[in-house]
Amino acid sequence: MSALSAFYQANAFLILAVVKIALLMFIVLTVNAYLTWFERKVVAHMQSRWGPHRVGPHGLLQPLADGAKFLLKEDPTPAGVDKFVYYLAPLLALALALTSIAIIPFGPDKLNVFGHETSLGIVDLNIGILALFAITALGVYGVALAGWASNSKYPLLGGLRSSAQMISYELALTLSVVGVILMAGTFNLREIIESQYNARWGILGWNIFPQILGFLCFYIAAVAETNRVPFDLPEAESELVAGFHTEYASFKFAMFFIAEYTSMITVSALCSIMFFGGWLSPFPASWTFTQFLPSLILIPFGLWVIWDGIRYETIFGKVILPGLGTVIAGLGVLFILFPAVNHFVQGPFWLLSKIFVFLFVYVWMRGTLPRFRYDQLMAFGWKLLLPVAIVNVILTATAILVRSPH
Amino acid sequence: MSLSLILFFLLATLAVIGAVSLILQRHPIHSALSLIVVMVALAGLYLLLGAEFVAAVQIIVYGGAIMVLFVFVIMLLNAAAEERTDISKIANSGLILPLVAVLTAFLGVTIARGTEFMQAAARAPGQGLVLADTRALSHMLFTDFVYPFELTSFLILVAILGAVVLAQRENQ
Amino acid sequence: MVPTQYYVILSAILFGLGVFAFIFKRNIISIFMSIELMLNAVNLAFVAFSQAKGQLDGQIFVLFVIVVAAAEAAVGLGIIILIARNRQSLNVERVDLLKL
Repeated sequence: MSALSAFYQANAFLILAVVKIALLMFIVLTVNAYLTWFERKVVAHMQSRWGPHRVGPHGLLQPLADGAKFLLKEDPTPAGVDKFVYYLAPLLALALALTSIAIIPFGPDKLNVFGHETSLGIVDLNIGILALFAITALGVYGVALAGWASNSKYPLLGGLRSSAQMISYELALTLSVVGVILMAGTFNLREIIESQYNARWGILGWNIFPQILGFLCFYIAAVAETNRVPFDLPEAESELVAGFHTEYASFKFAMFFIAEYTSMITVSALCSIMFFGGWLSPFPASWTFTQFLPSLILIPFGLWVIWDGIRYETIFGKVILPGLGTVIAGLGVLFILFPAVNHFVQGPFWLLSKIFVFLFVYVWMRGTLPRFRYDQLMAFGWKLLLPVAIVNVILTATAILVRSPH
Repeated sequence: MSLSLILFFLLATLAVIGAVSLILQRHPIHSALSLIVVMVALAGLYLLLGAEFVAAVQIIVYGGAIMVLFVFVIMLLNAAAEERTDISKIANSGLILPLVAVLTAFLGVTIARGTEFMQAAARAPGQGLVLADTRALSHMLFTDFVYPFELTSFLILVAILGAVVLAQRENQ
Repeated sequence: MVPTQYYVILSAILFGLGVFAFIFKRNIISIFMSIELMLNAVNLAFVAFSQAKGQLDGQIFVLFVIVVAAAEAAVGLGIIILIARNRQSLNVERVDLLKL
């Protein structure tokens, strides 16, 4: 045992990094799977349907069934594809999407693991936000190359559309956060969050109020960057079959799918961090009772799940759902019983709640908005979004100049 | 061998392999991919040199904009694999490879013998380990280099106009 | 710490490969890409020198080079598209109407 602990002490940094990466990968992939379930459920209810409800109670096991289907399906490679690029494209898309999430910090406090402190988040870069943009900038290759390598006309059109769209909206995306960077005076994501801290007024310190123009530009451009509705022209079903991934099946298709949902999570996290105070609570620091909010949400929700489970039609649901509810409510009770734990989860709780809201908005938009026409998309990006982003930069710079002492 | 040396050799090998592959690949898309590999490797080397901001800009602008434009044009024109025609006498004379190799070797040896400040830098270890401060970089850009900076904005304007003129179809 | 010479030699090698590609390649897009390779090689030398001198000038030059490269790519690729439209070929040796 002592040899093991000595090995740990010597290589703690590496070991912790590997464990954190594995854990984050696991969490992100699980969240991805359940995001598809969430999306299908929410869109279904918006359209007065039930959504998935056959596999498991409330369709909760649907993601597992989908995963198994992706793994077991036949994986044909069409004739005439460029083999190397055809295989490279989904790998590239997935790898870049998963890398980008490593830069996101998830909480303010350090966690003490057997005598070594480690922060929540894998890397903490000085150029955090720039590194994220660099990775998203490379993300376009996954889509463009997939379209080209398939050697088929619809994927090619999808790839062309997406590369044009992503270059166009990247300008607005990058320019729209310049205001935030000017106000914070740093590229580091942690410092950007700290700069929004306001002990007296809480929510009023967030960047969303001075940077409302920047936020609108950022969110619209970010939705376009992730190729989601209403900017999903690269994969427009009614025009291009499935766009760039028409010729991809089985797990290679799943990789594009996971990449898309992962970038949705990254973008939502980035929105919360840049404009909505990240892990900061919206309440003034003096309102200490708000720290029981996680328990206040978890316990009733857990009890509701138990109640719902008891009434559920199938035997399986009657067993699983109350169990799930007990775990959720138990977490809430745990937070109340251990103040240290409760204090620690405050940051992640707020950040994750904000991320969840943005993910919901993604799904909401998919349920409501029609798709852009291609020329409208280009005109919108270049003639409206880009000028507004530039105006925002000028306004912010002027305000900072006027308010600075000399 | 220190970690930075190992990283240097890894990235340098990657860059050279990318550059050689740029020459050997017949299809423009494969050449473009090789060039992207070179650029990413160079961004890694910039990080190793402490130039964080330049590394990020290298990937965002070179990797994310310029090379995407190349890939876009290759896809748009549906360029096929390169045909090796024998019209050019220089390219087929078999002389260029030795010629370029000799020139490169000459250049490399001259520089490798080192100028004064490089030897000074070698004598003062640790100097380069300081991360370049992005704030200092921007301060310099907007004070000492403000006229060149404004000139580049003019250059970009000219380039945009040029691209618009080129893209315009002549209306008969 | 890596000696500055290493970087400069790598830069020379990459530049040489760029020159070679420039002469050897026949596809006009590939030729354009070898110019970008040469620019990148020069950038590496700039950053290495900047680090060796402990001054930031070199990095500023790199930023300017990148801006110029972006402008050049926009115009250059526009010209390439026009050539491809008019000549139906991307081979530089087929674009020789001025030759007798």
